[in-house]
Amino acid sequence: MPSFEYAPAPESRAVVDIASSYGLFIDGEFTEPVDGSTFKTVNPATEEVLAEVSEAGQADIDRAVAAARRAHTEVWGPMPGRERAKYLFRIARLLAERSREFAVLETLDNGKPIRESRDVDVPTAAAHFFYYAGWADKLDHAGYGPNPRPHGVAAQVIPWNFPLLMLAWKIAPALAAGNTVVLKPAETTPLSALLFADLLLQADLPPGVVNIVTGARETGSMLVTHRGVDKIAFTGSTAVGKRIARELAGTRKHATLELGGKAANIVFDDAPVDQAIEGIVNGIYFNQGQVCCAGSRLLVQESVAEEVVERLKSRLGTLRLGDPMDKNTDVGAINSPQQLERITRLADAGTAEGATRWTAACEIPATGYWFAPTVFTDVSAAHQIAREEIFGPVLSVMTFRTPQEAVAKANNTPYGLSAGVWTEKGSRILWMADQLRAGVVWANTFNRFDPTSPFGGYKESGHGREGGRHGLAPYLIEGAH
Amino acid sequence: MTTTAPSHDADALVPAGRGSAQIADLARTVTGAATLDDASLRRYLHGLPGVDKVGADGRAAQLGTRSIKTTAKAWGLDLAIRMIDLTTLEGADTPGKVRALAAKARQPVPGDPTCPPVAAVCVYNDMVGVAKEAVAGTGIKVAAVSTAFPSGRASSAVRLLDTADAVAAGADEIDMVIDRGAFLSGRYAKVYEDIVATREACHAGGRDAHLKVILETGELVTYDNVRRASWLAMLAGADFIKTSTGKVAPAATLPVTVVMLEAVRDFRRDTGVQVGVKPAGGIKTAKDALKYLVAVNEVAGEDWLDPDWFRFGASSLLNDVLLQREKMRTGWYSGPDYVTVD
Repeated sequence: MPSFEYAPAPESRAVVDIASSYGLFIDGEFTEPVDGSTFKTVNPATEEVLAEVSEAGQADIDRAVAAARRAHTEVWGPMPGRERAKYLFRIARLLAERSREFAVLETLDNGKPIRESRDVDVPTAAAHFFYYAGWADKLDHAGYGPNPRPHGVAAQVIPWNFPLLMLAWKIAPALAAGNTVVLKPAETTPLSALLFADLLLQADLPPGVVNIVTGARETGSMLVTHRGVDKIAFTGSTAVGKRIARELAGTRKHATLELGGKAANIVFDDAPVDQAIEGIVNGIYFNQGQVCCAGSRLLVQESVAEEVVERLKSRLGTLRLGDPMDKNTDVGAINSPQQLERITRLADAGTAEGATRWTAACEIPATGYWFAPTVFTDVSAAHQIAREEIFGPVLSVMTFRTPQEAVAKANNTPYGLSAGVWTEKGSRILWMADQLRAGVVWANTFNRFDPTSPFGGYKESGHGREGGRHGLAPYLIEGAH
Repeated sequence: MTTTAPSHDADALVPAGRGSAQIADLARTVTGAATLDDASLRRYLHGLPGVDKVGADGRAAQLGTRSIKTTAKAWGLDLAIRMIDLTTLEGADTPGKVRALAAKARQPVPGDPTCPPVAAVCVYNDMVGVAKEAVAGTGIKVAAVSTAFPSGRASSAVRLLDTADAVAAGADEIDMVIDRGAFLSGRYAKVYEDIVATREACHAGGRDAHLKVILETGELVTYDNVRRASWLAMLAGADFIKTSTGKVAPAATLPVTVVMLEAVRDFRRDTGVQVGVKPAGGIKTAKDALKYLVAVNEVAGEDWLDPDWFRFGASSLLNDVLLQREKMRTGWYSGPDYVTVD
């Protein structure tokens, strides 16, 4: 029994009203799906059903795309940028005002700790809208020629790991650039997108500018293959991304794909060790490791490997796993039984292949989907856990001897989304950033996101950038000089 | 991390007593230097892992988001009271003022024996006798600020005399200041020898006054300096490392305290010797105090959650803690007229 036992500090779920069932948000109103099919979304921490959600079929997708087209042609396309900006600023302000509501709903539907939805997801989502609101009337000066034009209707498919934040990454630049949107949230986390639809009504956004259709993989496939769509933006697994790329081959559609990763977090012997430990923890245990840019491979210089791993384990002993609604929870629930199964299977493969497994001592709740923070040492580059994206709180520790070896090992992956470098030597940071084939290289930090900074991958991690001035490019057709 | 102190066999290093000879032995073993001069100390201290400011600030901010409620809060508030060095360090201090402070230290809430006493009263040298008399028989310690506090800008002889005077007057604890000028100009051996000599003065004549070493982190400025000064003080035999005099802004901050908690944690890991931490100055609210306790718990560990190993140097903090404590018991905030002015 620890002497300083933190009493439960649960956030109130009364701040958000969850309806028992939700329709599809098409053309500015919630409508029933044409074929009437529904599915349930559950709280992964309790397995309680939160709501019934509509599953959009082909007829619904047709309606949504038609509404988006009409809104683009008649309202949003012709609207001056400074007017679009007013709507975006309004959305950003409303998100900030209703942040507690969104944070609670996100935590209930996703399983992530309220500390993260409150301190990261929701404020960063609002910041994205604020940032792109500022671009809406300055597109001529964004570096994409005079009078750059929007594509038209953007189909956007987002994942379940950061439901609201990924929605913001997708919708904010699309609207700023003058596109209209049909967005499909992930089937396990549709609720924050549906609450966002309610916020759009409050913001008085013209009907059809943003449409939200819920459903599973088939709905997503209908949406991205729809002939009325001009632009595809997808964030999710590399397998689905490849399928989308095949489906789009030979069409006129433009695509942005933000896919998987197997990032190296590289710790040199001169690193600021206490902050590096925090960076490793934040790199792989943030959001239960369900982060495409997670630092899932720790590359640590051999001379300090033992010390770093020892310090890491003692730090992991202070992580608090449990009720995501408790403000003191650090590690929440895994989003779905399917994902838990995948993490379990890959972790077991790590054990079977001979890596040494260590798991933080924490009590696992009786209901819900949970996986305790896990560290594998004695991992070789040939092990599955060193190659495959686990998308869970599982760290594979490998060592290196020289900076060249660190680079070679870090780049030895089909992915290339992110990397981290920990050293007090500035010149080495610059050299490493130049050598690493990763879209984002963090120096002495990890998993930090800012709307002004572009994000995106190399190789099988996808293409296109989100965030910053670069994040406008996928939503614009360059103007003629 | 290249030249971090190697992981020693902790048991072998715990000295039987902490006499000057043992402390010097320990310092030589940890630093791997035959003689402790500016150069060898510099090699050791500058080989400690660096502190990344952004990361350290972020870690402290995250610790500050812990939500301490109900039973945890009640427990934390009482512990915070027991950890307070109730302080008055004014030119206008009088015996009457010190007696009033001591009375409050003994019984922070008049007529409420469930409220624990504070750890110590902290006064200037000439008030030690008055304070000792006022807390006699209570277990409350008397701490004296020493070594030409707060600037420390006096000759070594005068600084030591200052300490000897306080010890002779009965001080249980000596809060000394390091020579920041010497530290910032790289004269680490001077700082080291000052601390060693002050420690000897604390133990002169069979006395055993505890030595708290004030780093004055507001003048050291960088976290790298804070970490180095912490290690230097611990190597020289400090019983406690303390952030500030309270006379320089900024005084104690949560990130600085986190860096010092990391230092005492690592020092014990490497040597087996546990050293206490005392943030002082600028901690004014119960909410702040709870954040510091969370940091102690999660950075150094629960072994430090005790007045023997963690103190708050404060004056106005006590009243805010008492108000919060009353609120927890009655459900109502009383107000400043319901706690005593000291």
